[in-house]
Amino acid sequence: MKKAKGFWLFLIVSIIVYGTVQFLISAGILNSFYSNTLIFIGINIILAVSLHLVIGITGQFSIGHAGFLAVGAYISAIFTMKLHLPFPVAILVGGIVAALAGLIVGIPSLRLKGDYLAIATLGFAEIIRIVFLNIDYVGGAAGMQVSHLTTWTYTFVCLFITILVIMNFTNSRHGRACISVRENEIAADAMGINTTFYKVIAFALGSFFAGIAGGLYSHNFYIILPTNFGFLKSFDILIFVVLGGLGSLSGAVISAILLTLVSTFLQDYPETRMILYSLVLIIVMLYRPQGLMGTREITDFFGKWKSAKGGN
Amino acid sequence: MGKTPLLQVQAAGIQFGGLKAVSGFSMEIHQGELVGLIGPNGAGKTTSFNLLTGVYVPTEGEILLEGKRLNGLPPYKVTRLGISRTFQNIRLFNELSVLDNVKVAYHSLAKHSIISSILRLPSHFSGEKEMEEKSLEFLKIFQLDKFKDEKAKNLPYGQQRRLEIARALAAGPKLLLLDEPAAGMNPQETHDLMELIAFIRKQFNLTILLIEHDMNLVMGICERIYVLDHGQLIAKGTPEEIRNHPKVIEAYLGEEVTIDHA
Amino acid sequence: MEWVQQLINGISLGSIYGLIALGYTMVYGIIKLINFAHGDVFMIGAFVGFYAITGWGLGFFPALLLAMTVCAILGVLIERIAYKRLRNATRIAALITAIGVSLLIEYGVIYVRGAQPEAYPNVLPNKSFEFFGAQISSQSLLILSVSIVLMLILQFIVHKTKIGKAMRAVSHDMDAARLMGINVDNTISATFAIGSAMAGAAGVIFGVYYTKIEPLMGIIPGLKAFVAAVLGGIGIIPGAMVGGLVLGVVETIVSALGFSLWRDAAAFIILILILLFRPSGIFGKNAREKV
Repeated sequence: MKKAKGFWLFLIVSIIVYGTVQFLISAGILNSFYSNTLIFIGINIILAVSLHLVIGITGQFSIGHAGFLAVGAYISAIFTMKLHLPFPVAILVGGIVAALAGLIVGIPSLRLKGDYLAIATLGFAEIIRIVFLNIDYVGGAAGMQVSHLTTWTYTFVCLFITILVIMNFTNSRHGRACISVRENEIAADAMGINTTFYKVIAFALGSFFAGIAGGLYSHNFYIILPTNFGFLKSFDILIFVVLGGLGSLSGAVISAILLTLVSTFLQDYPETRMILYSLVLIIVMLYRPQGLMGTREITDFFGKWKSAKGGN
Repeated sequence: MGKTPLLQVQAAGIQFGGLKAVSGFSMEIHQGELVGLIGPNGAGKTTSFNLLTGVYVPTEGEILLEGKRLNGLPPYKVTRLGISRTFQNIRLFNELSVLDNVKVAYHSLAKHSIISSILRLPSHFSGEKEMEEKSLEFLKIFQLDKFKDEKAKNLPYGQQRRLEIARALAAGPKLLLLDEPAAGMNPQETHDLMELIAFIRKQFNLTILLIEHDMNLVMGICERIYVLDHGQLIAKGTPEEIRNHPKVIEAYLGEEVTIDHA
Repeated sequence: MEWVQQLINGISLGSIYGLIALGYTMVYGIIKLINFAHGDVFMIGAFVGFYAITGWGLGFFPALLLAMTVCAILGVLIERIAYKRLRNATRIAALITAIGVSLLIEYGVIYVRGAQPEAYPNVLPNKSFEFFGAQISSQSLLILSVSIVLMLILQFIVHKTKIGKAMRAVSHDMDAARLMGINVDNTISATFAIGSAMAGAAGVIFGVYYTKIEPLMGIIPGLKAFVAAVLGGIGIIPGAMVGGLVLGVVETIVSALGFSLWRDAAAFIILILILLFRPSGIFGKNAREKV
């Protein structure tokens, strides 16, 4: 029953983090700059963790994750701005449509492997972006006005559910099936694992949460533009996962937090930010290609609670 | 020999481009048999395994398991119908623990759904518990339980081979295909392996098809042997018949394999 | 007759894609790396040409040669500093490093000179003359001839010289080539040098033809050139050129039909169709000639 204990620990830590931040915001101690930064961190963690499922757990190298972020962002914005539906409904629909987009992209392209899969996902993401660019209903190149509806509470609830679902999925026979595909696809197939099914499921689930992040993302700015979702955005998400350590959920979380903080504090010096960013990327890949955490989890260092680990 | 054989291969073969890798390959295996498949390097032994397990789709002939046609089924479906295998070059899930390697093979015998796992419904817990218990049982049989939390890649070579067999068994096969299980083992390890194969065969009432280079092993434990050369079946029979078969001797001449009359 | 015109525009654009695609295809052929920084080498080539013409008053051909030389050196530096250590690394690590190098070059240039675009000087006489009723500019013809000459030189290097033979050997089997006494490191560097020189040339030609250059100009042509390389069959030199021309013509036709905003999508749709139905490209498999 150590896994159940892990869950309660996760729940308690979450409540404490949420409660503290919410108190600081409502007491006016955290100004809007800081609360916005926290919301942005939350969105980036959702993105990082959703891509972690595709790349880190299932081993499918996708570099077009921003496409699904775009789908979630635009669809949820249509639901709130054009159809005047409640924000939570819009977020959920954004996630579902992004998952469908994930199926449409994933089913044909997941037959490809390695570099070819990467390039195909990049191509699909660009096509998604260009489609939004050409739809006048959502403003085309001029972008779409969106109300600011995202709050710390919405962000945190989505983040909590994302991490819980992905952890529960990973620590089950289904997650192990995905890891076996990553480790040795031929052997997984020979052991009775429907590898195509699990690749597509992981991809769709990852896309779903990217879509959820999209809903939060679009309602955190006052306008969304197709250029927000170019492949540089995909690379940003990819970098969270790779720097954190492929296969490590907590690594993805930690690097999403660190990199978002770094970008936020350097946002007045965008060139410096990008130069630092790229240098860190190159140096880490050359000297520590397994990333910050490797495949380990933060909990491994505490010895006891190992449930977040891929498959254990 | 009246009842239907477990496995029937009827003139199966495969071409890559214009090259016939295996052709006219026929074989029958009955429930409970231990059959060997031998042949010089490049004779098409592993290719035949790949045909039987769905890795390659045969371009000619039929493959039937308990009368059911396997042609064109993907490997995972073949496995679920009852054929599982090991690989010549070990293919373990390196980053997974020894226990999890076995659990992956047990995957398709468990029933709990993705939704059940995500919501942590009771069926998830009971399903996972059953998987854990069954997998531990397999590890005990193979004396690998003391390594259960070790990553598969950290096991010594001989233990990795054992784990691969344990994993193949956990998939619940009627027919087990072993691709050179003794490759790279020393005589002591090979001896232990032979005992293990005999043991699991009895314990699980298994039917086994074995590719092997080690002639002593094949001659020692197999009841019947098929011999491939250049993608063609050149002989079949009991070890005694194979030993004296002129075509077999011819095929192996030139290779440094001595068929000793033990 | 407008179609002849469009065809010529497409071929001009396509030959630029083709020149860039050569570098992608050669590098992928030899070390299986998608060199994302290649599009930025193209950008550097354009800027070197720009400064050579406006600052030093060089003519078109000296500027072209200078840009090619600088880019060749840059390509070798990138390979030696960043990629060389990655030869045994995972594909993901290599790809991420390439992305890092690409970002570093782009934002390094912005840091040094700012993000503002430059107008390319008019160095070539631009006469246009009638050809089957279509207006053909002398620039288009020059671009095409320069591209063809560079292609021929490349074919000569790959097939008739010692280094070309070494490149083919290394792309076929790096370990075997090493055992046969080929200096693998130098061969790979030479591949980067030649590929980058081609991209540098493409940069100058692009500047002259489209007259506007800026530090992020390499991203989209770089991706398109990669598509061209895949289209022609990655690793195949003539394939890169043909892939580039096909892509250029298709894009021009899509624009001419009034779908100019969909032009970029066309390239990616082609990419995906090729990957799904014929991943070895137009010239793949049978005529496989890797470098």
